[in-house]
Amino acid sequence: MFQGFMIDTWVVASIVGVIAGIVGFFVVLRGSSFVAHAIPNGAFAGAAGASLVGASTLLGLGVFAVLGALGIGTLGRHGRHDVVTGLVLAFMLGLGALFLSRTIEYAPAIYSLLFGEVLGISHADLVPTIVLALLCAIAIAVLYRPLMLSSVLGEVAAARGVRTFALDLAFLLLVALATTMTVPVVGALLIFSLMIGAPAAARALTSRITVAMALSVLFALISVWAAIALSYRTNYPIGFFVGTISAGCFLLGRLWSRIRGGVA
Amino acid sequence: MSAPATFVPSTFASLIAPGFFSSGAVRTALTIGVLVAIVAGVVGTFTVLRGQSFAGHAFGDLGSTGGSGAYLAGIGPLWGFVIAGIAAAAAMEAVGVQRARGRDLATGIVLGAGLGLAALFLYLGTTATSTTGATVTILFGSIFAIPSSTVPWVLLLALISLALIAILYRPLMLSSASPELAAARGVPVRLVGALFLVALALTVALTAITIGSILSTALLIGPAAAALRLTRSPRAALASAAAIGVGTVVLGIVLAYDSNTWPPAGHAWPVSFFIVTLVLIAYLASGVPAYLSRRRDSREGRDANAGSAGASTLGAGGETTGAISTVVR
Repeated sequence: MFQGFMIDTWVVASIVGVIAGIVGFFVVLRGSSFVAHAIPNGAFAGAAGASLVGASTLLGLGVFAVLGALGIGTLGRHGRHDVVTGLVLAFMLGLGALFLSRTIEYAPAIYSLLFGEVLGISHADLVPTIVLALLCAIAIAVLYRPLMLSSVLGEVAAARGVRTFALDLAFLLLVALATTMTVPVVGALLIFSLMIGAPAAARALTSRITVAMALSVLFALISVWAAIALSYRTNYPIGFFVGTISAGCFLLGRLWSRIRGGVA
Repeated sequence: MSAPATFVPSTFASLIAPGFFSSGAVRTALTIGVLVAIVAGVVGTFTVLRGQSFAGHAFGDLGSTGGSGAYLAGIGPLWGFVIAGIAAAAAMEAVGVQRARGRDLATGIVLGAGLGLAALFLYLGTTATSTTGATVTILFGSIFAIPSSTVPWVLLLALISLALIAILYRPLMLSSASPELAAARGVPVRLVGALFLVALALTVALTAITIGSILSTALLIGPAAAALRLTRSPRAALASAAAIGVGTVVLGIVLAYDSNTWPPAGHAWPVSFFIVTLVLIAYLASGVPAYLSRRRDSREGRDANAGSAGASTLGAGGETTGAISTVVR
């Protein structure tokens, strides 16, 4: 499990866990689970398109994730956010269906993109993942205060002159960025469950923001590591373990807060 | 199993005879498509009003759990969809979908767990029988590959969902427009919400087998959201949602049929692509009146907030919010 060819997987997965834990924390704070599900899922269409024109999967994922984020952000300004998210997602998947009908690359490649592939991570993926992770980290560092303020106290932030629309767009782009780097590992369908399971559990355990964020990263890391180990041992798809472990995290968090009768 | 195990374009050319209306596959597609569009429009209107688009989409994705599970168990995919939908509705209800705050989170958690199971089922299914493309079939579906024997079952499910909505109509409309008011008037809000979730699950099972489990989202949300932007009357919204849905489905099927003769000839474009694109266009077009009135408002130098507040309450429909938006205007 720790042979040479698996080292890259562990490194990439750990980076994925940290980013998912932090970005996911904001996703849960802002109640944006649907967006966190829609952007990776729609970006899958971009990967299908990239394979059609012979471009790299990562590029296709990135372009579609960003376009999806911009679409949801601009249309959501005057429409219902959840409706717009659903429609943009459906449209991107419609494009995906079109791309898939044009390619001959069938089940296995698509399947691994949807549900993740542990052994699919190569040494070549290391550099782009690290670059994207750094970009993500810088974006979070810059946006941290206004994003936290607007997530927790929307009206106060608006009153203090935080530009809500611009910030919303920035947040969506952050999710898009995180998506691009995490999808190849965990899969388009299940990355969002990593992004909401761990942070939701962390939030149930403590009401202190910084502690909750640290716990969120920790839980996300544990989820990814356990999922990889189990997937490696059993040969079952990693997505199955990520989904189940994330839901388990959430339930344990809920149980804990109920026993304590506390914050939640 | 009786499941359509092939993907649209490859089978399209062989399935469709030269004439559009003489083709059995097209007739089945049109029948089921129109039926599904009507039910999706009606149920979708309430879904949008209640802000449960994510749940509506989740049932579609969870259908792939049911579809792949049914494939493994050797039962028809329709029943897989139905069982998975109802089980998911129960799980969401248990996790706490009824509270507006945390509703999307509960939906997401259930969806995540369900998709994880789908990954496992698909893995087991594809390694057991090595049927390539099963993943894609379940996820994207095909309206042209529905066996006509499915039609009676689809009809039955459609009637059940419509009957549920008809029985629940008044309390559902009231509790969708204003849960507090409904509770004050003695409406069992939680029970109504749970029953609606079941109707939603059944409807999505229907749409999922017509245009695929993921693309069903468009037909559920798009026409309803467009209708709610065009009219404030609940009944008119229900009727126009169904009408917009039927229009996009029929036009989509016609276009997909025609696309067989488009430039790279003999290779049809997927019907779901057309339907989804048409739905998005309908939604964007429905925003034009509100956009124009916003521009007029700002040009007349009125408080810009009045325009956007009016536009957003417009989407909420219902008696109470309708009154509010009249006041605002």
